[in-house]
Order: sequence, then C-alpha cells, then structure tokens
Amino acid sequence: MKLDNIYQEEKKSNLAKLSEIIITMASRPSGFIGLSILIFHVILAFISPYIAPYDFKAINPTLMLQAPSAEYWFGTDDLGRDVFTRTILGGRTALTITFFGSLIALLWGGLLGIFCGLVGGKTDDIVMRIVDAFLSIPWILAMLLIVSLLGTSTEVLIPALGFFYGKGIVRVARAATHDVIAKDFIVSARARGHSNFSIIWNEIIPNVRDAILVEGAMRWSWMLLGFSSLSFLGFGVSPPTPDWGLMISNARGLMSFAYWSVIAPIVGLSSLIIGINLTADAFAKALGIDRSTKAPV
Amino acid sequence: MLFLIIKRILLGLITLFIVSLITFVGTEILPGDACTTYLERQAFGEQLEACYRRLGLNVPAYERYVSWAVNAIQGDFGYSLSGEMPIKEVLGPRIKNSLVLASAAIFIGIPIALILGIVTALWRDKLPDVAISTVTIFAMTIPEFISATLLILIIAIWLEWLPGIVIVPTDVSFLELLPNIILPVIAIAMIMTAHMARMVRSSVIQVMASEYVQMAILKGVPYWKMVFKHVLPNALLPAINVVALTIAWLLGGVVVTEVVFNYPGLGRLVIESISNRDLPTVQALAIILASIYVSINLLADLMTLMLNPRLKTLQIRK
Repeated sequence: MKLDNIYQEEKKSNLAKLSEIIITMASRPSGFIGLSILIFHVILAFISPYIAPYDFKAINPTLMLQAPSAEYWFGTDDLGRDVFTRTILGGRTALTITFFGSLIALLWGGLLGIFCGLVGGKTDDIVMRIVDAFLSIPWILAMLLIVSLLGTSTEVLIPALGFFYGKGIVRVARAATHDVIAKDFIVSARARGHSNFSIIWNEIIPNVRDAILVEGAMRWSWMLLGFSSLSFLGFGVSPPTPDWGLMISNARGLMSFAYWSVIAPIVGLSSLIIGINLTADAFAKALGIDRSTKAPV
Repeated sequence: MLFLIIKRILLGLITLFIVSLITFVGTEILPGDACTTYLERQAFGEQLEACYRRLGLNVPAYERYVSWAVNAIQGDFGYSLSGEMPIKEVLGPRIKNSLVLASAAIFIGIPIALILGIVTALWRDKLPDVAISTVTIFAMTIPEFISATLLILIIAIWLEWLPGIVIVPTDVSFLELLPNIILPVIAIAMIMTAHMARMVRSSVIQVMASEYVQMAILKGVPYWKMVFKHVLPNALLPAINVVALTIAWLLGGVVVTEVVFNYPGLGRLVIESISNRDLPTVQALAIILASIYVSINLLADLMTLMLNPRLKTLQIRK
C-alpha cells in the first residue's frame, strides 16, 4: 500500500515535470517560435490530404508554369500541377521517415552507448573503434550507396537512416554513462548483486535519459536535412510523390522565370528544419544541458 | 608526450583499416557486384567472365582485399569501370579542385567566425548578439542545397553579378576557376562560419565566467587586456577540435553543394560514380574521404596537445 503511494507520487511528478519542461521551453522567444512551427507542421502533415485544393499528381499541360493567382495560390509547376497542394503535402513523407528513423537511431545508439560505457574494457574498445570508423565515412556516400543498390523504399530508408544517424548517439550515451557510472548508487546496486540489465534499466537509463533525448531531437533535424538532400539528389522519395527536396531540385532549372515553384518548397523545408532545431535547443536548455559546444557529428 | 602522439597516430591507422574493411565487406554483401551492376542485362556468359578477369574478381574475397589494400597504400586504386581509366588519374584533378574550394571556405570562414563569436560573447544578450545569433541559426540549419539555390537565384539570376553554374573542364587552371568558385565558397563558408561562431561564443562565455577572469577584473586589469590576454587564449583552445570536426562534417555537405553548382570536385565524383555503379571508384573515394577525416581530427588532437600546457604536465604526471 505504501509502495503504491510512492509510485503514484512518482508518476504524477513525472507528468508535472513534462508540462514544466514544455512551459520552460515556451517561455523563451526562440523556444516558443520553434514549438509553434513544429506543431504547425505536424498538424499540417495530418490534415493536408483533406484540405489540399487539387490532386497533387494531376498533370495539366495547359496550365504550365502559371504565376501565383487567386486560383493557384503558389502558381503551378512545369507539368501544370498546383504548387500549393504539393507544398502542403510535401513534408509528410520526410516527417514520417525521419521521425521513425530518429526513434531507431535513439534506441540502438543509446542502448549500445550505455552498454559500452558500463562494461568498458576490451568490448568497449572494439565497439568504439568500429563506431569511429563508421563516423569517418561520410554519411552521404554510405547512404547513396545503400539506396542505389537496395532501392528507395521506406523499408530501406528508415533503418538505413536510423543506423547512420545513431552512431553519433553511441558516443553521447557512452559519455553520459561514464558520468554516472562512478556514483554511489551504481556501486551499491552492484553490491546488492543486480545484473547488468537491471542496473542499465533501473539506475543508468533514468540518469542519462535527458542527454540522449536531447541528442535524438537534434539528430531528427539533421536526419531531415540529410533525407531532403537525398531527395534533392534524386535518391530519396520517387516521383510523383510530393517532397520538398525533390520539388526544389525539379524547379531549380526553371527558376529564372518561374521562381515561385522553388520558393514555396524552400520555405516549407527551411521552416520545418529551423522549427525542430529551435525546439531541440529549447528542450536542451529546459533540461539544463549545454549543447552549444558540441560539434555536429 | 611522444608516446601519446604515437598512440594517436596508431589509433587513426586502426580506424582507417576498419574503414577499408567496412567498405570492402559492404560492397561485397550488397546485392550485385561491380560487374553485374555495370553490365546490367548483358551480365552473363563471356562478357561477365571477361569483366571478372579484368577486375580480378575471380579470386577469393580475402585475397582480393589484401591485394587491393596493398595497392591502395601505394596510391593505386585500380581501374574505374566506366571510364576504363586508372582511378588515380580520375581523382587527381578532382582532389585539387575540392581542396581549392575547401581551403578558400576555411580561410574566409575562420577569421569571420572568430570575430562574430567573440563579439556575440562579449555583448551577450544585447542587440549585436541577438542579431548575429539569429542569422547564424538560419545559416546553420538551412540545408546546403537551399542556401546554394537561393544564392544562384538572387546573385546570379536576379542581380546577374556572377556565373551561377560552373561550366569549366575538370583540369582548368586556378585563375580561370576563380570567378566560378565565389558562389560555392560563400555557400560552404556560410554554414561552416555559423557553426564555428556559435562554438566560439559559448567557449568565450564559459571562460568569462571562470574564477581567474573574475580575479583579473577585481585586480583592475583593463577590459581589453583581460579579453586578449586571459580570456581568448583559453577560450580558443577547445575550439580547435570542434573546428576540425565541423570541417570533417562538411565533407558530406560539400557533395551536395558541388552538385548544385556543377563544380568538378570530389563531391560530384561521389554522385557520378554511384550513379554509374562504379564500385571501385566508390571504394577509393570512401577511403580517401575517411583518411581526410581521420587526419584532420589527428591534426586537431595534436595541436590541442601541443598548445595546452596543462595536458602536457598531466601526461608526465601519469
């Protein structure tokens, strides 16, 4: 009965902590802007199929490269498709793929990092050398190779992105684990004879969770950037699926006389990336973690 | 000290060895080999055999790895599939062009980053800081292909000041290349400068809050003397490592920027060789780019060691 009460209290304080963090994040101007942009994009991604005025793949040769008008708010592209429709739909694939990709990156990177930090010794040395080797291969080369040989389906992209963006999390999680590993509560858990698994689950994860979550939020924006770069290069989403990276690369050749078809996806993608970035920064500050001295690895 | 330097170099070499294994095993596991991907539908019978013989793919994998690695150390990466040219000759001018681009961006970027970082830190939360920090967040987060596209749209198409796309042969002389590289250099330097400026800012702020700076203020050291003598030397030291990592990270971003500007450097070669399924060239590129990454990091590590008296004595005590 008494234990139950403690548990209840703990749970309540967790919820209170979460809302407190969100309030702290929104109380700074940069955090408020970031959160608003992110929430706007997420809502848009859910409702855009229902509010899109036209069919995103309806080709109409008589309406090629129309300037913005009351009928076509952002004009039309080189195939006569409505740019407004394609722009509001253009973030859905990228958001979905990178969200699940970040979750995978967070899981494997975090767990491997914690494990390495805990066991140390030879295992740690070997794993970290391999992680270093993967870090030194440019992500874009590896991603392009995988995608060009295995295809651009979601089942390939999500695990591949998750893998390549998780290797940096391994280092962060390992460093965070090193910070707590020497503390008394770990030593006493060992003395009580707890297994490695129980120590990781009950003692380490609650203490390194914040650092790993912040890192994961930041990875999300980098992954989005990476994924759009792939699309831009023609190795991401396949047409006619609307995607900002792909739209920018298609409209780029015509931008000397039809700049509207390139501006709309640019605004969409830039605002989303900035939104996630500001949110991640505010999240880090609300949790008291300083990320500004870290390099983008 | 010497022991530490040798240890770092050895660790770098081990990393490169693992990279070579990864790229080799990676291209081995992925479906299709160099010949089947290159010949596509004609990949059967005599043609396939001839291709295997030409590339030496008819011997076991580990033997191929050893001979490839031995040659690669001597700078010989074999033949590229599509051009039937030695990869060494394909790479030479590309490396030179990319170096020109990268070093121009670094030489422009580092001084600007230092000034911006110091200014924003000393006027923390005042107008200069808020203005510059807002701009750096934009410059840092917007993808390379977007800033590059906007640069072309505004400066090359609307204002018509500079050529928007590089249309020169790969082995052009430096002077002819010059007007063409201005926009790509700006595109790359922008992101790099923003990253470094932010880093310098927080490093300076940290040092400003330390006790010995408080002590200097209390002692009555003039403000600018304190900044240049006590704050900057200590604040810029940790910056070296992050600058190195930022440069190394840009290797990926340079690929995209080079494609946007059609610049004949290593980055565009990455895309070309992957589109042509030219696996031997991809392997060579992976090793070269990884070596650049490892050596930049090694250099930064060694520089930090040399410049930091505290680390030196720490090692001796150990």
